Amino acid sequence: MRKTSGPDFSALRAGLDGQTGPRFWRSLEELAETDEFTHYLHREFPEAASEWADPTGRRNFLRLMGASLALAGVGVTAPGCDVYNDPPEKILPYVRQPENIVLGKALHYATAVSLGGVGTGVVAETHEGRPTMLEGNPKHPDSLGAIDALTQASLLGLYDPDRSQVVAKARAISTYDSFLGATLGVMDAQRAKKGAGLRLLTPSITSPTLARQIRALLAEFPDAKWHQYEPAAPHAARAGLKLAFGRDVSVRHRVRNANVILALDADFLANGVGRLADARGYGIRRDPGPDKNGMNRLYAVEPTLTVTGSSADHRLPLKAADVLPFALTLARKLGVSGLPEPPASTAVAAQARFIEALAKDLQAHKGKSLVLVGANQPPYVHALGAAINHALGNDGPDGTVEYAEPIEAEPVDHFASLADLCKAMAAGKVDVLFVLGGNPAYTAPADVAFAESVKKVPFKVHLGLYEDETAALCDWHVAEAHELEAWGDVRGRDGTVTIQQPLIAPLYGGVSAIELISGVLGHPGREGYETVRETWRDKTPKGQDFETFWRTSIHDGVVAGTAAAVVKVEPKADLGPVPAVETGEGFELVFRPDPTVWDGRYTNNGWLQELPKPVTKLTWDNAAFMSLATAERLGAVDGDVFEVAYKGRKVEAPVMVLPGHAEGSITVHFGYGRSRTGRVGSGTGFNAFALWTSDAPGFGPGASVRKTGATVRLASTQEHRNVDWNLPGNTAKERGIVRVATQAEYREHPDFAHHGEHGHEPKKGDTLYNADFPPPTPGSEPDYQWGMVINLSACTGCEACVLACQAENNIPVVGKAQVLNSREMHWLEIDRYYEGDPANPSVHHQPRLCMHCEKAPCEVVCPVAATAHDHEGLNVMIYNRCVGTRYCSNNCPYKVRHFNFLQFADLRTPSLALVNNPDVTVRTRGVMEKCTYCTQRISQARYAAEIKGGRIADGDLVTACQSACPTRAIVFGDIADESTAVAKLKADERNYGMLAELNTRPRTSYLAKLRNPNPEIETQTEPTHHGV
Amino acid sequence: MASESLPRPGGRGDGEGHGDGRHVLAPGHTFATVTDKISALVLTRPFNWRWFAGFSASIALVMLLSMTVVNLLTFGPGVWGLDSPVMWAWDITNFVWWIGIGHAGTLISAILLLLKQEWRTSINRFAEAMTLFAVACAGLFPLLHMGRPWFFYWLTPYPNTMAMWPQWRSPLVWDVFAVSTYGTVSLLFWYVGLIPDLATLRDRAQNKLARIIYAVLALGWRGSAIHWHRYRTAYLLLAGLATPLVVSVHTVVSLDFSGGIEPGWHSTIFPPYFVAGAIYSGFAMVMTLAIPLRKAFELQDMITMKHLDNMAKVMLTTGLLVTYGYGMEAFFSYYSANTYEGFLQHNRMTGPYWHTYYLLILCNCITIQFLWLPAVRRNVYMLFAISIVVNIGMWLERYVIIVTSLHRDFVPAAWGMFRATFWDYGMYWGSIGLFFFLLFIFIRVLPVISIAEMRELVHETAGRNGGHGHGHVAGPEGASSSVTTGA
Repeated sequence: MRKTSGPDFSALRAGLDGQTGPRFWRSLEELAETDEFTHYLHREFPEAASEWADPTGRRNFLRLMGASLALAGVGVTAPGCDVYNDPPEKILPYVRQPENIVLGKALHYATAVSLGGVGTGVVAETHEGRPTMLEGNPKHPDSLGAIDALTQASLLGLYDPDRSQVVAKARAISTYDSFLGATLGVMDAQRAKKGAGLRLLTPSITSPTLARQIRALLAEFPDAKWHQYEPAAPHAARAGLKLAFGRDVSVRHRVRNANVILALDADFLANGVGRLADARGYGIRRDPGPDKNGMNRLYAVEPTLTVTGSSADHRLPLKAADVLPFALTLARKLGVSGLPEPPASTAVAAQARFIEALAKDLQAHKGKSLVLVGANQPPYVHALGAAINHALGNDGPDGTVEYAEPIEAEPVDHFASLADLCKAMAAGKVDVLFVLGGNPAYTAPADVAFAESVKKVPFKVHLGLYEDETAALCDWHVAEAHELEAWGDVRGRDGTVTIQQPLIAPLYGGVSAIELISGVLGHPGREGYETVRETWRDKTPKGQDFETFWRTSIHDGVVAGTAAAVVKVEPKADLGPVPAVETGEGFELVFRPDPTVWDGRYTNNGWLQELPKPVTKLTWDNAAFMSLATAERLGAVDGDVFEVAYKGRKVEAPVMVLPGHAEGSITVHFGYGRSRTGRVGSGTGFNAFALWTSDAPGFGPGASVRKTGATVRLASTQEHRNVDWNLPGNTAKERGIVRVATQAEYREHPDFAHHGEHGHEPKKGDTLYNADFPPPTPGSEPDYQWGMVINLSACTGCEACVLACQAENNIPVVGKAQVLNSREMHWLEIDRYYEGDPANPSVHHQPRLCMHCEKAPCEVVCPVAATAHDHEGLNVMIYNRCVGTRYCSNNCPYKVRHFNFLQFADLRTPSLALVNNPDVTVRTRGVMEKCTYCTQRISQARYAAEIKGGRIADGDLVTACQSACPTRAIVFGDIADESTAVAKLKADERNYGMLAELNTRPRTSYLAKLRNPNPEIETQTEPTHHGV
Repeated sequence: MASESLPRPGGRGDGEGHGDGRHVLAPGHTFATVTDKISALVLTRPFNWRWFAGFSASIALVMLLSMTVVNLLTFGPGVWGLDSPVMWAWDITNFVWWIGIGHAGTLISAILLLLKQEWRTSINRFAEAMTLFAVACAGLFPLLHMGRPWFFYWLTPYPNTMAMWPQWRSPLVWDVFAVSTYGTVSLLFWYVGLIPDLATLRDRAQNKLARIIYAVLALGWRGSAIHWHRYRTAYLLLAGLATPLVVSVHTVVSLDFSGGIEPGWHSTIFPPYFVAGAIYSGFAMVMTLAIPLRKAFELQDMITMKHLDNMAKVMLTTGLLVTYGYGMEAFFSYYSANTYEGFLQHNRMTGPYWHTYYLLILCNCITIQFLWLPAVRRNVYMLFAISIVVNIGMWLERYVIIVTSLHRDFVPAAWGMFRATFWDYGMYWGSIGLFFFLLFIFIRVLPVISIAEMRELVHETAGRNGGHGHGHVAGPEGASSSVTTGA
């Protein structure tokens, strides 16, 4: 396919069979005096290779490698060809253009990006052979066209200059062939022992190909063992469902069908498997519908204020340990039989009224309600959740939940699996260990001595994207090919397989796990492509030609009919004894994967480091999150460093106040405090894994904290240290920036969003400046008039749009020091406002981007006309005219303009230049920038439409943020055409413009937020529409 | 030393002398004493350790300025503490502050000339010089605060292949014209006023090079009647031209703010209140400079307590106008019932920058109330202290207007704070260094007081000052020629 043929390893190897040891290299050279092999060696050992340790030399090396491989990706096979420097050799341009390549025109390929082994289908946009943007694949059941921030940011990981770029033996540069040579030697020795000393450690695997290969390996080495360890995966859900059903099953939610949802410490809208699909189902049901009664109702019970909790109609902050008694009390109330008395909990007892009302609400929506349990909760709560869903009939046909065969190749208890491995290693029973991805040396629980015991293994190999903590412990480190560089396959939540296509040849010459196992199995030259095809050749549906099946599958990004089979199961009547709720003095410590850097795999990803974490808006750090009252009791303010002691281990962590956090509970996130990572991730945060134990993976009691007296500055993108915690929220409400009502109030006052507006929005004719915009153009076809509506009811504040915008528009990463100085460049920001009681505030999320005002205040003050209006209503920014007076930003009431105070865009790192979208200017220092409504996409759509001779149809053109949005809260289009979706929303009575009374006539407007609280709980309606 | 050989009609003038505050020129001066005294400062250059110390200090600050500018041009305006939402801070504060200081020169020279206020004579020359140097310092800021200062000329209408003109609706474009016009007219006015004095220096200079330079600059002035006639006409015309500029420059500068829609900026009160503030700060700066100057160079005879008293009265008047401005600003923020304005005023007074607001009120409104007392107006130490306080206060005023308006405006989620960096200080103190550097050079190469006009003053005040001057009637022409021949 698009990958160039590398050296023919099988040919090279043909002459090598049976040869091992020191003669290997010499023989190889002698045997393979082909040009191709010379090229390969040249690529592996450019002259600069010895300069590796020197950053300047390395940069040159990267430039050579990056550029030549990028070209290789589009089929040019001019080795060493360097687009940056003229090569010394004679080179030739294309004589015939490669098929499918039109310079300047993007191509799109469907593939998938995985997190914790579960894939999200994406469509990658490539320009001249380099992927520049990922968007959701509408055909993929876990994406439905949307994409989350983590998946999007994996694109930057592809180009990360700090990625591992070599095969290293004892941290010295070696070659893949030397590695294979050495491996074949030890494997031969293992073959004699039936693999008794051979161990495989992988993360969660759903890939059919990889599973097939591992099984083949295990067949060849019957005494070998396969261990799996994935730190942040729904382990408790697997165990809980097994407890409930007596067998391994996977679970799928149909959130769309649910009228009432209860999330028990479940951040299902932003985290975990199936998050995008669940968020879509939720978002669809935040619409009141024509009868103004169609909204779902979301209850959240959780210790940490999450995206889900912040979106909930009712949120109950409870310590994580109290969720079990809460769920048990509720289950008994709902009539789930055979349940024991719940353990005593004063916090739960105090919520009798809440539980009563909740139970009634759930009862009233039998079959159309849904109870979700978060990965942090112990298996028993998951089993309870399944029992409640069953009791409510939610698992019936057309219900909200269904169970299917597990999607993992081998569902196991990962903690036990890792512990077994460590025990064997410590006992010296392991001779050969392959760590295929993952970073267990960093992510292993503190009570599992992985790092110590792995040292006893004589031959250990690490395959990974980075030379990380685990690589440092292993004898061999092999650079892994990124998912976007290699062939593979991966399952989604429902089991649907996506065959992953490489979008570019491996930038740094890595290999995939599939290729590595092929090598270990004695097929060192076999491409991942061959192996994946082999898997699917057998699975071609009957009556279908394999090539057609293959092409259709990779084109669509999903393999039809691969969803896991639904199983009909019923929960056991007896779930066994309630696990003892551990109690202890001190604080409860809650562990979560970080919302942006996850388990540390994205620590070196600048996009994710700088992405404000949902709700907390923290960047570049993790923190010990606690409630306002707890912080006041400890005398802590944001940034005060505390020593957190837990089960005899200690870390130092800065405190950050999170209103709505459960009292007496502290949340810490994984993924920071890495000891070996790249330039971006070094020195960020503290390591929460150092406190984490496998016996209490979600949370545990007994943490103590002590003030150290040190402080760090936490880079939050919303000012909080100098502001009363609720002043911004109250001010936003009072000014009508955020407008909120309940569904019931909306029924009574459909125009609530316009009650009591401050000084009415001036009507045409009210002011001197009332010229029509745009000026009508008689005779000609009407211009498009672009506009956007953002539905605040659907927005969950997940920040996916922010990252999509960043990827699409080449928005630079500025670093923590600049974020501390409020200079982050995100064109689209999600504002978070707290309102009400700090112990349990209402949270409002509001995406804020350029409003494209028809009467734009920025335009009149620019002295050089660098920002101006076009005839389609876009407020356009002309970078090369901008002299940087910044007056436009000062005069922008929405503060959506971002200034390049310094040279923020990285113009020096060659590999990072590749990620840039060539349709968008890379800005230099001294110029202003802001949202353009993705003007480059508008142009592309216009070309496409004009070639066809028509107009741009509604839906043919989506902005990057709109495309990413999991809940479809952002709608963009031509507002002059009344038939478009955006024009219909503009006509909705809930539509309002932010600060429209300033006569800015914003083109971006909002649909006022609707909540759907339970009247039995929220007796007193809040004074929503200001001034009514 | 020439100054020591001069008669000291006013007795030992150590600043506290001449306490009656009635004289604009101490009694006993003649055409010759005035000429000798002033020109000696330039021509004989007695070593003055005060001058030397000041000059050294100002050079050190100019070095700081150079370092800051190099750093700024290398890395961009991000070396300052600017951020979002506070995209202007010390840069524009300093700009407006300097421009305001520059106001007194033209006011004293032009308006007081037209109003025939003879007391202006001995302070107008260095007030004008101060204006020029202040405008030069002011000009640095809008130029260097730009993201890409090498394109500064895009703000001017010049023919170009892009067929682009500046965007005329922007107050920044008006600024370019207002400030450059002001700078040009001030320079011309100053230079024209210098011509007779340059001729005097030419005639009296012993050093050949100096003679040549002064000769070139004197444009062939011979002191003929027709020269005097044309000179007087040109001077009056320039005064007439400069007069509206006193009002227009700061009005236009104020439109940078009131042209915007930011709460705290969008206000019709700004033009008059900025002009009053400019005169206020300008006079404060003249006072700050005049008091040490007359002491260091023993010019108490010529810059008398009468001058200081009058300047103090101008300060008091403009200070009260500015106070009224603050009052009205606060009043209308409540009376208008505009949410944003109301919040802004509240935030100014109680938000994170509250101390700057109260310090501003203390400096600009409360301190000057002392000037009601004649005793304070005649106490140079008090006057000096008050003038410094007013300078600080006027800087704070611009800081409060710019930073506290921007840091919390319409959208609460976009609120932020401003923190100055070392380079903000570097640029500010560096510009002060540049100002004094230029001023110290000026003191040594050009007459700090207009010799020609002082001679007129000798003549005009002859009767009042006890007739110690020349007994015969001598017009300025005569004076000039007598000096010319006398040299």
